[in-house]
Amino acid sequence: MAKVLMKGNEAIGAAAIKAGCKYFFGYPITPQNELPEYMSRELPKNDGVFLQAESEVSAINMVYGAAGAGARVMTSSSSPGIALKQEGITYIAGAELPCVIVNIVRGGPGLGGIQPAQSDYNQVTRGGGNGDYKLLVFAPANLQEMVDLMQDAFDAADYYRNPVMMVGDGMIGQMMEPIEFKSPSKRYELKDKPWATTGTKGQRKPNIINSLALDPAELEKHNERLQVKYNEMKEKEVRYEVYNMENAEIVLVAYGTTSRIVKNAINELKEQNINVGLIRPITLWPFPEKAFDEIPTTCKSLMSVEMSMGQMVDDVKIASNGRWPVHFYGRSGGMVPTPEGVIEKVKELVGGAK
Amino acid sequence: MLNERIICAGFGGQGVMLMGQLISYAGMLEDKEVSWLPSYGPEMRGGTANCSVMVSSKPIGSPVIANDATAAIIMNLPSLDKFEVEVLPEGNLLINSSLIERKTKRTDLHVYYIPANDLAVELGNAKVANMIMLGAYLELTKIVSVESVMAALKKTFGESKAHLLKINEEALKKGAEAVTQ
Amino acid sequence: MAIVFQKTKGLTDKQTHYCPGCTHGIIHRLVAEVLEELDVLGESIGVAPVGCSVLAYDYFNCDMHEASHGRAPAVATGIKRVHPDKVVFTYQGDGDLASIGTAEIVHVAHRGEKITTIFVNNAIYGMTGGQMAPTTLIGQRATTAPLGRTVEHSGMPLRVSEMLATIDGAAFVERVSVDTPANIRKAKKAIKEAFQCQLEGKGFSIVEVLSTCPTNWGMTPIDAIKWLQDNMIPYYPIGNFRRPGEVK
Repeated sequence: MAKVLMKGNEAIGAAAIKAGCKYFFGYPITPQNELPEYMSRELPKNDGVFLQAESEVSAINMVYGAAGAGARVMTSSSSPGIALKQEGITYIAGAELPCVIVNIVRGGPGLGGIQPAQSDYNQVTRGGGNGDYKLLVFAPANLQEMVDLMQDAFDAADYYRNPVMMVGDGMIGQMMEPIEFKSPSKRYELKDKPWATTGTKGQRKPNIINSLALDPAELEKHNERLQVKYNEMKEKEVRYEVYNMENAEIVLVAYGTTSRIVKNAINELKEQNINVGLIRPITLWPFPEKAFDEIPTTCKSLMSVEMSMGQMVDDVKIASNGRWPVHFYGRSGGMVPTPEGVIEKVKELVGGAK
Repeated sequence: MLNERIICAGFGGQGVMLMGQLISYAGMLEDKEVSWLPSYGPEMRGGTANCSVMVSSKPIGSPVIANDATAAIIMNLPSLDKFEVEVLPEGNLLINSSLIERKTKRTDLHVYYIPANDLAVELGNAKVANMIMLGAYLELTKIVSVESVMAALKKTFGESKAHLLKINEEALKKGAEAVTQ
Repeated sequence: MAIVFQKTKGLTDKQTHYCPGCTHGIIHRLVAEVLEELDVLGESIGVAPVGCSVLAYDYFNCDMHEASHGRAPAVATGIKRVHPDKVVFTYQGDGDLASIGTAEIVHVAHRGEKITTIFVNNAIYGMTGGQMAPTTLIGQRATTAPLGRTVEHSGMPLRVSEMLATIDGAAFVERVSVDTPANIRKAKKAIKEAFQCQLEGKGFSIVEVLSTCPTNWGMTPIDAIKWLQDNMIPYYPIGNFRRPGEVK
């Protein structure tokens, strides 16, 4: 298929519809508005339903209802709106329902700003909702990858009966890049949904969608079962890219649009004979710990580069497990790191290591 | 190696976003790697608008211009104040002299003063000032062909605005003449 | 021997957890009987709230969702939009609907969502232990209003049916009581009409049911019924506020 030039938010919508999404419930918030706007135009043409809810809280609960009723459903928002959705997200995870949640991240805390940020790393990987639950979290670096991952996001949600979070930042949402809609990967074997509430028709026992278990033993068993599922995700779902790893003196860790800025810096440093590698997590959860086994013996230290005050750096330290000193460089509030900023910081480290 | 990084800037309504999109779109039609990144938010409502465009023979790394623009197309004074510093030495700076009275402070750039609004009015439609500037830029750099830009514009305009294609094409031509004569 | 009475098929055999004298059991039965009589049990999907009736999903003999506190109307909206041909209802208490879930109930009515809500108003939080609700009456004691509710501190009790009746999308709004056999029959009639309203695609329908809470009111079941009659009905008048086709 020929390439098309599309705005990120609209490309997400187009990819979701191609992935079979039929229902969208959302609430306006910058910088993701083009996505619900696109869905309101396009879903009705594709036998689907778009509904603007009265709040993010209601939107995610509509998703909960629709997912339980057996539908392929999604919602989208941006950071403060995702915070509001956390209640619904933990219910959906607890009731083991599939859905896709798009988070076009903006700066915080509080109302924060509307410019690109990655300060939701903790919110999306640690949950903001209560209880022991995990989301499968994808963080694409460009629009093509975002579009490619969308089918997998819906399929994985169905396969695991678990919410999948797609994380971009304001840049991913707002920018235009050429996109090719490829044929889907068919990575997951999908089953019917006999658990869905479709009416008993008097022919089966009632289906109950629920996350309540008042008996502690029963709830613990439920949690143990969820852990089995999360462990399967850890085993099968880790995705990452390594770049310029050979003979790297320093390895940077960056995801999403920040990784693109970091790649520019790495290329420039290479011309100055400084070898720097990159680990780019594509799944933020599960975090690609095994990528760290690919770090060469030449490496003296790691540095997490983020559009936040340092959140992923904790996971980098866990993955490093004391093998390397871990440094941090970040900008926040909508300030985007520059290649020069990264280069300067790397040179400081190289100088310090010598 | 082709690696053009362009800032298009002006106030909302001057068509700076479209200008950038057309360069990206045309680049894509010519199988080049492209990206388009807009400013967004409240400043867009009647304030300054700008976008960063990349056209490259290699996959685009960062879509953000960070003091490394190879060209800037400037439609109003606040944009000149903000972006003239972002262009690399030997880069192209195109200034809409109809609306900007001052000269650039930079001495290390290729600078072109183009009375885009006046030329557009001569053509009979003040709204095509952006296309005058774009025509000038294309003539200077040949990053993408005028034909590709017109193909992109045709797609962008659709049926409802098809009647405007001709004057836009004339504007591209007039812009080109402004920097060759 | 001829069968003269049997339990409705709309309820499961599970024994309910409700306190002795609580009227939830009556209201459950009325809803279940209506679903059976309308022959829609196999086409029904219910949504249980958070509160005393949180376990309603175990009692209604149809597909059920358990919602988070106050969000049942939003959950029901999601279900109804996926299955517009099914009968979708919520069963909510006054803490759930009139306090934490006001946005959801107002907007489900505002959209004219074709669902039915059974709203059980007993003027108190039951499950959590007798705290004050927006519907708690002036002077009524609650564990968070130990000296009784005052207007100065907490305002006047919220009349939900009257409020919702001002919304165009609310096609059927009626307040009933289950304090006497006659009123119970009227309550069932209203519940049936509400579901019929949904089946005919007329819009949102709600029945507010005045109910007792002997445990948290600190009364015997009989005294509780009397208290409801003497105190609740005067402030929350029973009757219809809106029916399809009526212009008010």
